[in-house]
Amino acid sequence: MAEQMPSPLDVDRVRKDFPILERRLAGDRALVYLDSANTSQKPRPVLDALTEHYERHNANVARAVHQLGEEATSAYEGARDKIAAFIGAPTRSEVLFTKNASEALNLVANTMASGLAEDPRYRLEPGDEIVITEMEHHSNIVPWQLAARRTGATLRWFGLTEDGRLDIAGLRELINPRTKIVSLVHQSNILGTVNPVAHVVERAREVGALVLLDGAQSVPHMPVDVTELGVDLLAFTGHKLCGPTGIGVLWGRGEVLDGLPPFLGGGEMIETVAMDGSTFAPIPHKFEAGTPPIAQAVGLGAAVDYLTGLGMTSVREHDRAITAYALDRLHGVDGVSVIGPDSMVDRGATVSFTVDGIHPHDVGQVLDEQGVAVRVGHHCARPVCVRYGIPATTRASFYLYTTNAEIDALVDGIEQVKRFFG
Amino acid sequence: MSESLYQEIILDHYKNPHGRGLREPFDAEAHHVNPTCGDEITVRVALDGEKVADVSFDGQGCSISQASASVLHELLTGGTVSRARDVEAAFVELMQGKGQVEPDEDVLGDGIAFAGVARYPARVKCALLSWMAFKDAVNRAQAEEL
Repeated sequence: MAEQMPSPLDVDRVRKDFPILERRLAGDRALVYLDSANTSQKPRPVLDALTEHYERHNANVARAVHQLGEEATSAYEGARDKIAAFIGAPTRSEVLFTKNASEALNLVANTMASGLAEDPRYRLEPGDEIVITEMEHHSNIVPWQLAARRTGATLRWFGLTEDGRLDIAGLRELINPRTKIVSLVHQSNILGTVNPVAHVVERAREVGALVLLDGAQSVPHMPVDVTELGVDLLAFTGHKLCGPTGIGVLWGRGEVLDGLPPFLGGGEMIETVAMDGSTFAPIPHKFEAGTPPIAQAVGLGAAVDYLTGLGMTSVREHDRAITAYALDRLHGVDGVSVIGPDSMVDRGATVSFTVDGIHPHDVGQVLDEQGVAVRVGHHCARPVCVRYGIPATTRASFYLYTTNAEIDALVDGIEQVKRFFG
Repeated sequence: MSESLYQEIILDHYKNPHGRGLREPFDAEAHHVNPTCGDEITVRVALDGEKVADVSFDGQGCSISQASASVLHELLTGGTVSRARDVEAAFVELMQGKGQVEPDEDVLGDGIAFAGVARYPARVKCALLSWMAFKDAVNRAQAEEL
């Protein structure tokens, strides 16, 4: 047995904040929710914030002069303040609300590919290089493939080592003076690997390339401070962060966001509109065309308050304790192989694995029969599966409400899977 | 447990698939993937006029998708193309019936074991994967004949 790390959280109390965890499934089975990397569950304060917004303050933002409009605007902009503080953003106007992390990533790829940026640092052209990694989510691969096709820029990527880490041996050649942007994931959604962002940032600075960090899996699970990280842009989503669906965030250094041209055109993103041309609002509104996800932003603000109340360091330490226990238990199951880092060094609370001779779909189905909810498939990171020569994985992912007993249920479930298909 | 989904017949076909392996000669093939889970199948058909002389397949995937291909091979090889289309239509109807369609064993043979799969929307695509590939391959083979 590995040493048992203590969790700093009172998990029983935390679980009482999440009504869905009381849910009984078909056949009166308890829910064992191990799919938080897919979407997290929502605590009562977030559900209450959504209800209260719609019951008491609902109005459109930034355009109504009436009291409700002012209340809604103040709540929406208040959420921006909370999120800026949560990620250590120097200025609130650097926090843009999007639909999700995918839209945030697409915003950067599309605006850089649009040819509209005046400053060549923010404009992709033939001969430029874009660098990503083989462990990206499809949402940080496909937008760059499209951007490369539109602009004639070249897409390049870091490969992976056998043990599920970024192969940074070729860092200096891969990130070179032709590189315009490096877009990489902070924590892999399939492998759980936490990437060495500092190394990448250091090299990118030397060559004058931008760094965009996909924080969809890291911001919910560890303290993330954009100033400390030194990146130029950070994308993440609300629904993996105890918040509602339909709300994501792009943070960018003010200078970068000022330099990027608008993404979507419409209401609220303009300064003046004439039939022969328009001028645009300053950030953040330049990038927030149309009625934004207002209640969702308010809900995300409540989620950030909730997590801040518990402390992100405590959330991370709880994640680590659970993940260490899970790796230890999984090591004890014959036929189970972990895909990704097999130790606690630089890894998060997402564990992918295969079960010898049994397809992940069948693993997931039989686990579901026992109330254990995991994700199966390629997790929108198909190149990782190809890299490791597997069709798919079973992925268990943990969060602040996950208990050791739930890991035990997973392991018992895998034994049942093996008996069933054996 | 999963008995309604994983019928004994399905597990038998999964563990001992019939007709597995790609064979020559063939008139057309089709490769289909299930983008949500990465299941893949290649189906080849050899036609002899109106007769389905052989259906061969290879792929990787879950028990449902692989067993379904085995059943497909068993049901359709040696029959006529029009009979194959009728069986395929009946199988698709069963799979899309949300568990409300009563399967006809005379038409579907071992395929009736998949009736339970229709109650699991996430798995219907698995069961249909080889059948969609078969349909494509036959269409291609017939298009080439014209």
